[in-house]
Amino acid sequence: MAERRGPCGIGGFGPAGSTGGARAGSSLATGAEPEARARSFGGPANSRWLRLGAMEELDGEPTVTLIPGVNSSKKQMCFDWGPGEMLVCETSFNKKEKSETVPGCPVIYIIRKDVDVYSQILRKLFNESHGIFVGLQRIEEELTGKSRKAQLVRVSKNYRSVIRACMEEMHQVAIAAKDPACSRQFSSQVSILSAMELIWNLCEILFIEVAPAGPLLLHLLDWVRLHVCEVDNLLADVLGSENPRKHESFWKLVTILVLQGRLDEARQMLSKEADSSPTSAGMCRILGDLMRTMPVLSPGTTQTLTELELKWQHWHEECERHLQDGTFASSPHLESLCKIMLGDEAALLEQKELLNNWYHFLVTRLLYSHPTVKPIDLHFYAQSSLDLFLGGESSPEPLDNILMAAFEFDIHQVIKECSIALSNWWFVAHLTDLLDHCKLLQSHNLYFGSNMREFLLLEYASGLFAHHSLWQLGVDYFDYCPELGRVSLELHIERIPLSTEQKALKVLRICEQRQMTEQVRSICKILAMKAVRNNRLGSALSWSIRAKDAAFATLVSDRFLRDYCERGCFSDLDLIDNLGPAMMLSDRLTFLGKYREFHRLYGEKRFVDAASLLLSLMTSQIAPRSFWMTLLTDALPLLEQKQVIFSAEQTYELMRCLEDLTSGRPVHGEPDAQRLQVGAQSLSTAIEAEKLSKEGGQLLVST
Amino acid sequence: MEEIYAKFVSQKISKTRWRPVPAGSLQTADTFATGSWDNEENRVSLWSIGDFGNLDSDGGFEGDHQLLCDIKHHGDVMDLQFFDQERIVAASSTGSVTLFLHHPNNQTLSVGQQWTAAHYHTSPGSLSCRSAPCTGVVCSNPEIVTVGEDGRINLFRADHKEAVRTIDNADSSTLHAVTFLRTPEILTVNSIGQLKIWDFRQQGNEPSQILSLTGDRVPLHCVDRHPNQQHVVATGGQDGMLSIWDVRQGTMPVSLLKAHEAEMWEVHFHPSNPDHLFTCSEDGSLWHWDASTDAPEKSSLFHEGRSSIFLFHSISNQANVHQSVISSWLSTDPAKDRIEITSLLPNRTLSVNSLDVLGPCLVCGTDAEAIYVTRQLFS
Repeated sequence: MAERRGPCGIGGFGPAGSTGGARAGSSLATGAEPEARARSFGGPANSRWLRLGAMEELDGEPTVTLIPGVNSSKKQMCFDWGPGEMLVCETSFNKKEKSETVPGCPVIYIIRKDVDVYSQILRKLFNESHGIFVGLQRIEEELTGKSRKAQLVRVSKNYRSVIRACMEEMHQVAIAAKDPACSRQFSSQVSILSAMELIWNLCEILFIEVAPAGPLLLHLLDWVRLHVCEVDNLLADVLGSENPRKHESFWKLVTILVLQGRLDEARQMLSKEADSSPTSAGMCRILGDLMRTMPVLSPGTTQTLTELELKWQHWHEECERHLQDGTFASSPHLESLCKIMLGDEAALLEQKELLNNWYHFLVTRLLYSHPTVKPIDLHFYAQSSLDLFLGGESSPEPLDNILMAAFEFDIHQVIKECSIALSNWWFVAHLTDLLDHCKLLQSHNLYFGSNMREFLLLEYASGLFAHHSLWQLGVDYFDYCPELGRVSLELHIERIPLSTEQKALKVLRICEQRQMTEQVRSICKILAMKAVRNNRLGSALSWSIRAKDAAFATLVSDRFLRDYCERGCFSDLDLIDNLGPAMMLSDRLTFLGKYREFHRLYGEKRFVDAASLLLSLMTSQIAPRSFWMTLLTDALPLLEQKQVIFSAEQTYELMRCLEDLTSGRPVHGEPDAQRLQVGAQSLSTAIEAEKLSKEGGQLLVST
Repeated sequence: MEEIYAKFVSQKISKTRWRPVPAGSLQTADTFATGSWDNEENRVSLWSIGDFGNLDSDGGFEGDHQLLCDIKHHGDVMDLQFFDQERIVAASSTGSVTLFLHHPNNQTLSVGQQWTAAHYHTSPGSLSCRSAPCTGVVCSNPEIVTVGEDGRINLFRADHKEAVRTIDNADSSTLHAVTFLRTPEILTVNSIGQLKIWDFRQQGNEPSQILSLTGDRVPLHCVDRHPNQQHVVATGGQDGMLSIWDVRQGTMPVSLLKAHEAEMWEVHFHPSNPDHLFTCSEDGSLWHWDASTDAPEKSSLFHEGRSSIFLFHSISNQANVHQSVISSWLSTDPAKDRIEITSLLPNRTLSVNSLDVLGPCLVCGTDAEAIYVTRQLFS
């Protein structure tokens, strides 16, 4: 839906009557909600509330969404659930004056849950990540240890790169958008995507990579550098200027570089300062040396953590000494840099603006005071960094809570907070699935449905199925939900509108691959019915053969026979002549095929074969009684041929059939009576002729 | 296939077609058209694979394909063909057939000619008509032939408002695809495994020839004719089988090759290198079949590391083919019965609905809303 207003997508639909009010009809029972307001469907969180409301405490107060165009003062609304959306309309009940029916409610509103599904750009995210998801499910279970972990990390990085690509494109669109409201909306999407990537990246470091003390900080540094990226623009800006040292942001840049631990680059900047200002050259050199000699863990060396700690302690003391000695006293810039490198909290907090956020503060603080921080101690530093950074001025936002939960290694809290804060199921479903593959969620079973991974995947896939065209992606997600996936797929797949045969074939293939025989039959039946309505009997028969639907094949065969009786010729010969073994599906179909074969034999003047086939159709009881008269009539021209075609025995059988047919009903002056008489006459003549011929052949047939 | 570019386009792609290059020119393919399906709003789009003058530092070509222009299309795009350099014919699930014009000056598309309700069902007992999806279209300037779920064949001319010729009830089942055998003969495939040849010179509503798969009447979804040997025809079926037919003789396929695991949606002989054939399928795979006689040697020398399968089942003996040039596709010589098959897409995704080849370029579109392009097919 192109138009979207407010936190939930609302599209007006035409007059109530024209929207096929099947669903709206059942809404009457609810009458009016106490308040003419609809609970927001904006994010997964709220539908989670709707689902669990009775069982669990609320995680947050659900937001209220006003539906534009609905007069909430009347306090009359009704609604009905759909798989991915909800229908809402105003009711016009009037208790006092029932007789007066005001044609109120001209509009039914569709309120959509997972609105992000309808974003053109996010569609790329859904499609691309679908491939990654399927690949992840296929990762060999046998893969253990390092190779498995490496693979999972690679998968995680792939997911993140898709988020980033999406973010990039969204950013471009936001810039290009002419309408400011539109641009704002895209920009807010960009920040959501950016937050998603930030959270994912942290989860990757903490839960998937499971970095130990030492490498942990290196990963965290990379994390901060990746997400606080204004510095690169600034760097290019300053270096590009005529005299970088005179650039107004020179010291700002150096400070940011130090804050991010990019000491090599900071040192180069300092050397520029040293070159041009002889007075501070000495100080710059000393600080530069301190930067150069800061011990860092270099991956691939055999250096132990204790060695590093010792060296680092030594270096730290040296910095401390320079500060005490007032080495940098004459340059406030250099002194503050030195303080930062000592991990001085007050000095760090002075740079609040450059740090941007508390997690940057946390990482810088760790870098310069606890470089070998253990994962287990992270949450302690995280909490104090958050408190220090916010300083009681503001309260933490949802993103802060999520990151904090991650630092506390509380995966479930991360997922829960994300479900509440984010506007789509994509993120939690995929992240949870990945973490589940890391075997981190096994113990957690919900008391409804299945486990959390499956619950979230089901929600996400249902959202996809509600979408006009993304439903195909949903199938694979259901496939990997062992408990309820299959039954969900069965329920959803039957609701896919089958607009063309090609689409129907795709749906059929999905069902057939999964041995969903019930659904296969129902789809084929729908198509067969459609074909009958369109007067396409050949197609109808093909579909009922494919569904192995004997009853319907009989029905269609009857239509063919009726048409034959009316028109005297068969239609759709290309199909009927090529039925092959499919003919055995139903007796009537067999009869149709064989009867047509009789016509062919007759047309080819193979009268003897034709005659015995015709007779066998009656004697074997394949031919329906109602059709015997036609068959007997068909026998007439054979009986009247000059040469003898029916043997005596066959003729007697033919007579018996005729008698069977006549004994069943009274012979009045109906048209059939005449045909019967003609039939009987021809038969006796035939027997005479047969006798004569046999006598001629010296053989006496005793009667 | 090292250089294959994927681009996600936020719409399920039902058809991809290269714009033909002017006859005799040395130009290579640079523009292709796509059609979408199953969207709330479907589109016909034109894409450019970039300027060939712009080689980047590695000598490769710059990045992926860019959208030139697009236009709304009512209904799913069921089939798409370039009529000529500037005109594209699209078949719609609403039963209409539309001729789009491309204006290269301002990069726009517009509707040139439209035949609404070209395909329709008549309900028994009522005069009203219901539209029927048009499933296939083929062009040979100035003629356009369309087929549909209604079993009808229409012959249009670009400059005529009405159909020049219509064969009602040409088929009792759904016609899935159509191609020219040699003007004015066409070839159709249907959903009960039959291949029919129609001659527009004949007045009746009967095909001039019917060929069929025996037994299970497996629906056929696509058909292509050998560009040089017009009697050689390839079809793809619902079971993913590739069938090679010689329409001059017999009523059965010359060979059946086990191929994909699900519906084969399209099959194409390479237009200038017909020993190579390309197929794509609902199972998400895209295959390159190489039947050139030197393929085995080539494979041992240059194709190392690529997965290849050798298989060729000939089901009928052709002792009586007396021709100096026998198509490699009809060959039954066991020594030459080798076809090297290469899978072109890195990992399996959702259905690959369409593909097209022209020169060294291949384009395909998928239900995973991605368009893949490669410009080095034979590297």
